[in-house]
Amino acid sequence: MGMTISQKILAKKSHRGGVKPGEIVMADVDLAFANDITAPIAIDFVKRLGVDVFDKNKIALIPDHFTPNKDISSANQCKIMRDFVKERDLPNYWESGEVGIEHALLPEQGFVRPGMLIVGADSHTCTHGALGAFATGMGSTDVGFAFATGKSWFRVPESMKFVYKGKRNKWVVGKDLILYTIGKIGVAGALYKSMEFTGDAIRELPMEDRLTMCNMAIEAGAKNGIVEPDDVTIEYLKERGIEEDQYEILKSEGDAEYSDVIEIDVSNIEPQVAFPHLPSNVRGVSEIKEDIKIDQAFIGSCTNGRISDLREAAKVLKGNKVAKYVRLIIIPATVEVYRQALKEGLFDIFLDAGAVISTPTCGPCLGGYMGILADGEVCVSTSNRNFVGRMGSKKSFIYLASPAVAAASAVAGKIVHPDEVVK
Amino acid sequence: MIIKGRVWVYPDNVDTDVIIPARYLNTSDPEELAKHCMEDIDESFAKEVKKGDIIVAGHNFGSGSSREHAPIAIKASGVACVIAKSFSRIFYRNAFNIGLPILESDVVDELEKFDEIEVDTEKGRIRVLKNGKVFKSSVIPDFMQNLIESGGLFNYAKKILNV
Repeated sequence: MGMTISQKILAKKSHRGGVKPGEIVMADVDLAFANDITAPIAIDFVKRLGVDVFDKNKIALIPDHFTPNKDISSANQCKIMRDFVKERDLPNYWESGEVGIEHALLPEQGFVRPGMLIVGADSHTCTHGALGAFATGMGSTDVGFAFATGKSWFRVPESMKFVYKGKRNKWVVGKDLILYTIGKIGVAGALYKSMEFTGDAIRELPMEDRLTMCNMAIEAGAKNGIVEPDDVTIEYLKERGIEEDQYEILKSEGDAEYSDVIEIDVSNIEPQVAFPHLPSNVRGVSEIKEDIKIDQAFIGSCTNGRISDLREAAKVLKGNKVAKYVRLIIIPATVEVYRQALKEGLFDIFLDAGAVISTPTCGPCLGGYMGILADGEVCVSTSNRNFVGRMGSKKSFIYLASPAVAAASAVAGKIVHPDEVVK
Repeated sequence: MIIKGRVWVYPDNVDTDVIIPARYLNTSDPEELAKHCMEDIDESFAKEVKKGDIIVAGHNFGSGSSREHAPIAIKASGVACVIAKSFSRIFYRNAFNIGLPILESDVVDELEKFDEIEVDTEKGRIRVLKNGKVFKSSVIPDFMQNLIESGGLFNYAKKILNV
């Protein structure tokens, strides 16, 4: 029996000819990272061991969640991280002014390549599977172990295959495909498993949309999300100065075993909205018959804070105004995205519409700061979780959607299809 | 280990945001985190939890964020053990790594708040005291059992690195 791409990477990194689902392997990691919330515990692990990190070039520390420092305690956490970086002279650290959201920053800066094994102390580490890497989120202690030893243990996951066919409708992006998929299988539908995204519709999907899809694999309980590398991947890497001889392209074998094969015709999918309080609570936007008035719209996060997301939002916002009493918060995920949006004139469109634009940060996505919700408030958000209290008050309500739907809803003051705003 | 205690009962999909909301993640001090444990799903928990209590829940316990602060908050609250129908995989690892005992079982279906159970973590046996019913929990994989026996991931790292 052949192996899936996920199993192949685990076999290679654990120096075995093959692996089977359920086996536990100790494998070499190519990149391990943590953020300002999770790093302090991982750093403490390394310090208590009294050792050096396994390879300075293969670890990254990214202060993105509560930076620029939101309060004294957060500032102290960032200081633990910064002091460690200084003390060990670690190269892969980004200060405010250069830092971006980890899962947008690392692929953009060329840290992620096909065939790599990546662990991050953040659940959305699965994002990086979009480039054909095996990437999974872990806790701080596991990542501390990886910082010190260069290794991590893995239970080889079963793989689920998702085959997307057909042509995408207008306004339908990667976010809609993944919301639809989670709606279909549920928030534990891929528990402990790999989600492998395949099919003609994926081949035609730009890299940034693939990153969005893999990002939300965790929202179905998956260990990782992954897309086999193809021309889109090769081109994305080339733009970052990484040539084909600098990585290995692995693919699933024809006779690889999948626990499930699920076919999805994307031509039947319209823009999707996940209702409170689960990402699986999904409906097509035209199925919403009631008026869902909003107080805030948030466009950003590791899910949808990339340049293509801001372009989608700008298409909708151009020449329009945000509805009265609605706050539209736009947060480019990285400095490069920020600069590019500025260069393309997107900031003028956003500011003319009445949006507020922030420096890159995870900020409101996890209820950190920069847009916390009050009791009873409603937010349409391009982020990844609509759990109780995720963005502030536990009495608030979060609806997840694409940047175009969030932008259109900000203009209409209620959740609407982008076509209702862009005539 | 034999654990006898009263239970706190929770549903499916208890996520780490309700176990410890991100607004409290500007510290990793266990005692601070315990003050806000389960705050967004059950305000009474942090006030009334007693040492030796047990959390029982449905599927996908600990879903969402990878924050290790979630099992740390639960452990620092004095909870002796968490038993759920299934766990999110990151929470499962994190709980092991910090030494919070967790077991997979359907026993939640049989229980109401503050019922008492007796748990034999090694044999994977859970007895409901009010009616004597016995539930089996799934077996902990050998690799993880060895990790526990060698003193957790920290000691395992020491062994690998020879320090």
